[in-house]
Amino acid sequence: MSPLYQVLTPEGELVQDIKGQLDQETMIKMYENMALVRLFDRKSINLQRQGRMGTYAPFEGQEASQVGSAMALTPGDWLFPTYRDHAAAIVHGQSMARVFLYWMGHMEGSISPKNLNIMPPCVPIATQMVHAVGTAWASKLQNEKHVSLAYFGDGATSEGDFHEALNFAGVFKTPTVFFCQNNGFAISVPFSQQSASKTIAQRAAAYDIPGVRVDGNDIFAVWLTMKKAVERALAGEGPTLIEAITFRYGAHTTADDPKKYRDQETLSEEWRQERDPLQRLRMYLEKQGLWDETKESEFIATAGAKIDAALAEAESYPKSRPEDMFKHVYAEPTWMATEQESELVKPAKQEGIPA
Amino acid sequence: MKRKLTMIQAITEAMDQKMAEDSRVMLLGEDVGVNGGVFRATENLLQKYGSDRVVDTPLAEAGIIGAAIGLAMNGLIPVVEIQFLAFIYPGFEQIVSHAARMRYRTRGQYHVPMVIRTPYGAGIRGPELHSESVETFFAHVPGLKVVAPSTPYDAKGLLIAAMEDPDPVIFLEPTKLYRAFKEEVPEELYRVPIGKAKVVREGTDLSIFAWGAMLRVADEAAKQIEREQGVSCEVIDLRTIYPLDRDAIVESVKKTGRAIVVHEAHKTAGMGAEIISIINDEALIYLKAPVKRITGFDVPVPQFSIEDDYLPTPGRVMSGIMETFTY
Ligand SMILES: Cc1ncc(C[n+]2csc(CCOP(=O)(O)OP(=O)(O)O)c2C)c(N)n1
Repeated sequence: MSPLYQVLTPEGELVQDIKGQLDQETMIKMYENMALVRLFDRKSINLQRQGRMGTYAPFEGQEASQVGSAMALTPGDWLFPTYRDHAAAIVHGQSMARVFLYWMGHMEGSISPKNLNIMPPCVPIATQMVHAVGTAWASKLQNEKHVSLAYFGDGATSEGDFHEALNFAGVFKTPTVFFCQNNGFAISVPFSQQSASKTIAQRAAAYDIPGVRVDGNDIFAVWLTMKKAVERALAGEGPTLIEAITFRYGAHTTADDPKKYRDQETLSEEWRQERDPLQRLRMYLEKQGLWDETKESEFIATAGAKIDAALAEAESYPKSRPEDMFKHVYAEPTWMATEQESELVKPAKQEGIPA
Repeated sequence: MKRKLTMIQAITEAMDQKMAEDSRVMLLGEDVGVNGGVFRATENLLQKYGSDRVVDTPLAEAGIIGAAIGLAMNGLIPVVEIQFLAFIYPGFEQIVSHAARMRYRTRGQYHVPMVIRTPYGAGIRGPELHSESVETFFAHVPGLKVVAPSTPYDAKGLLIAAMEDPDPVIFLEPTKLYRAFKEEVPEELYRVPIGKAKVVREGTDLSIFAWGAMLRVADEAAKQIEREQGVSCEVIDLRTIYPLDRDAIVESVKKTGRAIVVHEAHKTAGMGAEIISIINDEALIYLKAPVKRITGFDVPVPQFSIEDDYLPTPGRVMSGIMETFTY
């Protein structure tokens, strides 16, 4: 089994020298980003419980994977998230208000900010991976120095599209980074039952591209690995497959009950106690004198206010109107849709039926 | 004692009883085992029949459906669960190029007795791609049967018939109706024949054709318009989308002279067009007005904040009925 790349231990100790590779400012930003998205995630679950939001896919526990990887991008890079990667989207520049809006059932929630390429959360599994090959290929053909980053889970690696994406990317040496958050489960199916491969990273060998296994709860390891993959991609050396080992503390979605298929409390508690991504970075930062309780409470207060402001913005967004569903289906509406739209908005006939 | 079951319970019971009776029947799909299916359709079946017969597969629809084709060709009766209809697309190739054509290509030497069950339809406030009703895709492909029950009783009887059918059956389960109501369901193993419609409500002035969750919308409209306008509607649950029960359609139209088709699938090239075509071929001279379609629109099923506006409502059906009368 390929070794697990780790830089920062769960105790907040460095296991290798990273001088010159990672500055203090970035480290603090990493922690702040993780703390912010954790609050965002918890808020979202509460909103769903209060009926202010639809079904939601939580990510708590996976912050280092998402934040660390997205922080290695530059603004022109393409991001292909799944339904669970809002943290990555937010870090790459998506507004939290948009993310709320999406989960409140507005398609407008997946509009990418100007000059950023953040794709809508992909719901069908693994299907976005081939797009990330395509956009990266286009970047290469047009001599643009940008990478495409595709997120996916361990379950996604069973789909044909995963293999097709890796194969294409290998053949055309596209600047694509394939980032798998292996959280151990695809809904109820543990990875051991998903595949006979011991690791996901080893699949890269079949396509002759580099495959790396990293501790997905170690943001330094994730970020450094991503940096290297991005540099490789930009140097024209092609794709990389990254397998980040992590765990999601909560349910698959707010509609799922994990107690049915795993010892939820014990498992989550264990990961939380022993491997939490925020905890270990915070310990490290505190030892370096870069963070303390005062900073923490100040940060939490501002972050909370930011989230509340985003929520207020999302909730004040104009209600969708029935006619909105006819927008953006084609560049020009078809006569069928136009007729149907007028049928939808016209008032129901009131007069009676002739005898 | 008479028991009442929800549709999901009736579906579970159909599989349970068939598995008990016929050791060739096996279940495959994502999360169908330990988790009992995301809608609990396969609850407790793993415990009862073991992991050779209730199989949690890798997350790969082409793999699941393709493997099921092989299982079926070689003596088993696989019942596949696809988590939501829109997630069938990665396995679409296997359905249309292989499941549907194996009998034809091998001149009857091999056949594919399998069932693909999947929840479908809107009205459950699901996220994107959890609410599609694209039954036409399958009805369009020769070699497949397409079934969509609207009641627990029919769901059990039709699913048993599907498991006994020598051809591949796409079994569409209206998600909205899984737990919407209970009805009396016999304890024994019984069949509801595939390809036979059911007259749900007798009427004389107009025929309404529907299936799945839209049956209830049609029925509600019929009740209301009878009360308010004294119009007597005949409501027909087609139950099978392919092959259509032509006789039931034609007979009813001959009697009433007016018709409406209600479906939640997109209007263009939806099954409504096919049903109208049958009426034109077989009962044109009986018609007093053109047949109307009350359907979903030619747009992707919208986000849940306006999902209800996409779906036909009793109000929209009643407007359609009135237009048919004022034509
Ligand atoms: C093609 C397809 N099949 C099935 C589903 C239903 N589904 C949604 S999420 C999921 C599990 C995904 O697991 P994984 O890829 O490991 O990602 P995770 O949810 O753990 O982040 C399944 C089966 C889907 N969305 N798309």
